[in-house]
Amino acid sequence: MSLSPVEGVALAEIESDPDASTTAARGVVGRSPGQLAWLRLRGDRTAVVSGVLLVFFMVLGLAAPLIEMLYGVGPREQFQNLLDGNGMPLGYAGGVTGDHWFGLEPGLGRDIFVRLIYGLRTSLFIALAAALITATIGVTLGTLAGYLGGWLDAVVNWITDLTLAMPFLIIALALTPAITLRFYGERGQVSSAFGVGVLIAVFAIFGWTSTARLVRGQVIALREREFVEAAKASGAGLGHMLFRQLLPNIWAPILVSFSLAVPQFITSEAALSFIGVGLSDETPSFGRMIYDSLDYLQTDPAYVFFPGVMIFALVFAFNLFGDALRDALDPKSSR
Amino acid sequence: MARFLLKRLFSATLTLFAVSVLTFLMFFALPRDPVSSICSKNCNPERLERVRDDLGLNDPLISQYAGYMKGIVTGRDLGSAQGGRCDAPCLGWSYVTNEAVSDTIARVLPVTLSIVIPAAILWLLLGVGLGMISALRRGTWLDRAAIGFSLTGASLQLYFVGAVLLMVFVYNLRLLPVPSYTSVFENPAKWASGLALAWVSLAFLFSAIYARLSRAQMLETLSEDFVRTARAKGLAKPTVYGRHALRAAITPVVTIAGLDVGGALGGTVITETTFGIQGLGRTAVDAVRSGDLPTIMATVLIAAVFVVLANVLVDLLYAVIDPRVRLR
Repeated sequence: MSLSPVEGVALAEIESDPDASTTAARGVVGRSPGQLAWLRLRGDRTAVVSGVLLVFFMVLGLAAPLIEMLYGVGPREQFQNLLDGNGMPLGYAGGVTGDHWFGLEPGLGRDIFVRLIYGLRTSLFIALAAALITATIGVTLGTLAGYLGGWLDAVVNWITDLTLAMPFLIIALALTPAITLRFYGERGQVSSAFGVGVLIAVFAIFGWTSTARLVRGQVIALREREFVEAAKASGAGLGHMLFRQLLPNIWAPILVSFSLAVPQFITSEAALSFIGVGLSDETPSFGRMIYDSLDYLQTDPAYVFFPGVMIFALVFAFNLFGDALRDALDPKSSR
Repeated sequence: MARFLLKRLFSATLTLFAVSVLTFLMFFALPRDPVSSICSKNCNPERLERVRDDLGLNDPLISQYAGYMKGIVTGRDLGSAQGGRCDAPCLGWSYVTNEAVSDTIARVLPVTLSIVIPAAILWLLLGVGLGMISALRRGTWLDRAAIGFSLTGASLQLYFVGAVLLMVFVYNLRLLPVPSYTSVFENPAKWASGLALAWVSLAFLFSAIYARLSRAQMLETLSEDFVRTARAKGLAKPTVYGRHALRAAITPVVTIAGLDVGGALGGTVITETTFGIQGLGRTAVDAVRSGDLPTIMATVLIAAVFVVLANVLVDLLYAVIDPRVRLR
């Protein structure tokens, strides 16, 4: 944690961070809580493995166009000549060959591997964007509500309670087409970027409340502490109070909730696409692929296998990493 | 206790009111033209206008809402095109299914109940049981197996598990029939065999979460002073663990369970879509696909009612389990 004594405000936070030079003289290395957490995280085998896996997935998603170039097959290309008369892929395990690593989709004959890579890109983009937006809204409103109290607190609290009472999947299911209809009308060709945007917006509207609730609770606990009082007594403004005094003390739970929110959004996106309201067929998506594969469970079991395992691996890695992060940031937790 | 109950019921009613206003605004005010999706193909302007008039979409929003709410409480008269008189819990008329929405709901609600209630019993028993055992046998292979199970289960997707189960038990081994719904009063054996896969897949995923939660809670409780005191004064292990510790550890589990069961009753959308069973969730999906506004509105409202009711129930259970709650 860096110290930045600005605007001549009392340096109340110094007490939590012993001067490194004096401790070093005694032969002890001074480490900030952040460094300690980082060391613990690096020493945790699960954290390292899942972290590496996550980086790998993100690189795959980012490099999707590059992979498409190297692999030589596009996500919308159809290989009807490799299907038999009933539209089933020729060969074993759903048409797995050297050219098509994970086989072909029955019916349209599109390459599953390249669609999965693009699905990963969509899924990660939506989940990360939604998590970032919800974290920003949630942290801002949560700190303000917790610190200021009064009517703002009451309103934020009420909205939080209300969204808890709204069945998310059903509302999102009904809301997504309604929003699309509002902007596109009945016959308009919905662009895939717009579909992605609507999903992120729906997640943001309903997702921020849990972060806000968490942050609000933490801020209320901190509000009565001496260092806050000291800063207030020396005339700190609202911005300084929120960003220099309160936020540095609660970044650990925020980080954990962020890292555990991402897999939830991945799951929700896949679920909505599975129901068929998320993204159009043009945009590759895990949920959509699994939904399509249900018709071929008897004839082409490999079709459901690849997207199913892929999304499991992604969510699993995120969950493991989130847990490891929590352990590293809060060694006392007995989860 | 009565005052506590009244207070909770009052705030629940308030929440439901807010939810109903919000959903109403969302679905009747948000789309540019709610009717156009009802008869999108070969629909002439006159019919469009008539439908709009029948649905009361030309009235101001407030009177639309008031009419809808009045219909739920006392019933109301809809136009002859909408089946005339609509009795007490009137949720409107669907132009897509040509049926009163309350009739549709009455038909599909038992299906969802038959999926969720047995599944919930299964997942609570399995999850809490597993969590307790692994907490009491901490560090053994049993504990590690339970942790592995809950980590894997929490990351699996329902539709994937469902698809794999379908593939194995229905299509390959042919042990079970293709999932379908039969009334339990008609033929209990067929009811169970038709829904077993839905129960198992729901229970599998949910019990993973519960195993993890109840393990953590139990571990925390076991390290408390009152547990040591109870042991020290000579109480037998089963009494201490089963009565003292379990009661303290189970409260957070009750909260989550209430929310989950309430949410699931509001429509097990994914389960019903995976197994092709026509329950509340599937009805909601179909309604969204065909733009059937009254049905969408009704399913959302019913889902919300279940969540809110589950919340009230959880609070009551809390008061029973932990008497201190009543004082607040």
